[in-house]
Amino acid sequence: MLIKKAADIPSSEITPKSLYLDRRKFISGATIFGAALATGACEMARPSQTVEANTKLSTVKSSFSTDEKLTPLKDISNYNNFYEFSVDKYGPADLARNFKTSPWKVQVTGAVAQKKTYDLDELMKLASLEERIYRMRCVEGWSMVIPWVGFPLSKLIDQVQPTSKAKYVAFTSVYRPSEMPGQRSNVLDWPYTEGLRMDEAMNPLTLLTFGMYGETLPNQDGAPVRIVVPWKYGFKGIKSIVKIDFVGHEPATAWNKAAPNEYGFYSNVNPNVDHPRWSQATERRIGEFLKRKTLMFNGYGDQVASLYSGMDLKKYF
Amino acid sequence: MPRRFIILLKVLVWALCLSPVSLLVWKATHDELGANPLSEITFSTGHWTLYLLLITLAISPLRKLSGLNWLIRFRRMVGLFAFFYGCLHLMTYLWFDKFFDIHEIVKDVYKRPFITAGFTAWCLMAPLAFTSTAASIRRLGGKRWQNLHRLIYGSAIAGVVHFWWLVKRDLTRPEIMAGILAALLAFRIVDRIASRKPAPALKSVPTS
Repeated sequence: MLIKKAADIPSSEITPKSLYLDRRKFISGATIFGAALATGACEMARPSQTVEANTKLSTVKSSFSTDEKLTPLKDISNYNNFYEFSVDKYGPADLARNFKTSPWKVQVTGAVAQKKTYDLDELMKLASLEERIYRMRCVEGWSMVIPWVGFPLSKLIDQVQPTSKAKYVAFTSVYRPSEMPGQRSNVLDWPYTEGLRMDEAMNPLTLLTFGMYGETLPNQDGAPVRIVVPWKYGFKGIKSIVKIDFVGHEPATAWNKAAPNEYGFYSNVNPNVDHPRWSQATERRIGEFLKRKTLMFNGYGDQVASLYSGMDLKKYF
Repeated sequence: MPRRFIILLKVLVWALCLSPVSLLVWKATHDELGANPLSEITFSTGHWTLYLLLITLAISPLRKLSGLNWLIRFRRMVGLFAFFYGCLHLMTYLWFDKFFDIHEIVKDVYKRPFITAGFTAWCLMAPLAFTSTAASIRRLGGKRWQNLHRLIYGSAIAGVVHFWWLVKRDLTRPEIMAGILAALLAFRIVDRIASRKPAPALKSVPTS
């Protein structure tokens, strides 16, 4: 359902976004400078408040949405784990500013009847865009509630018709060190890769995501197209995808390669299986003071628990 | 060094040592701590504990290398500020992360090596803070006091290990800190060896 609200003030009176962004940039720049002076430049004033201009998307509502309080856009677009730009969560908002998301192609290949390289526009038109309000649980112990925009990955999978050899889906992010400064260091093995088992990829919750808050994705949140798998830790939601490959074996994934004993292929949200170095029993919802108990499968057990029946989730973490 | 200069410098160092926590308070009251303020406070207080510990450990070598003996008069102050930030850091953990749930805290200290290391670092710092007065030195006697205060080496090592073990991926900062700490400790070892055996007197070499 497309909800249009009459504008309260004529558009001529609205400060253009670029102007007020510049003003904010100036203010936050001045703050950083002052803070650097005060502290001998050791600690930077980290949070800059950046919200980029994006294209509006019309969406239909989804019964998979939660009615929990949304995390403000300001937080979702300024607190990002996007190591392609920076290992500092406040880094990507600024560093992703000049990342070019157009033109954009996504190659769909491997064990499918219809191999095809999609233009982003074409990909977005494969199915009607839905707004899906999902909980997002980071492996570091914080969480958000995010109104994503996208359609189930299964719609794309149906289009390309996987053969019987397709057991897993392997995703690859863009590799563009000229625009992604984080890729110039080897914190992870670039390009970022992720994967899902076929039944996970086909689950109606798994979202091929193009936007949030009713607009196209901000660059720092994985523009122009990413995956969202709400019952898994956030890092499974690979960003800025250029390749989707249907394969017969469990694909290598970036974090698993980096620290195999800490980040498993499945990485389902599970309060009973601790990260080797910290507990996963609780989480801090961004914007809240008290910590919450983490829910099994991030609260999506009804939809996904059956995928793992009979599996030892301590072994397949 | 004139007394007045030292006092002025002490006031300045005091203000500098307080600036990180002042900045945190300012940011907290101006909604500038970002999306996850409690994590920001935890990281900032933790970093400053380590920075100040390393600065404290750098004072003796700097004094020896430069001959500026008055530097030693700042060691206690900086060390106490390290402890101050260490306490703030521990407090953010006990309060905002564990909400004083003793059972959870004990489990954490026991089970999570990086928490064990951090807690050890604080425990080793605490007795030094409590015996930092001139009266304590008199009561303990200079030698015993000095031996007790060697705990700072253990504290700094545990602190850097704590930082190293909690980082998810990018180890640059803990590596830099470990490097600085290693250099500061190596200086002491070399200095000790050098001062233990005085340069051997030159013997006349028999010429045949």
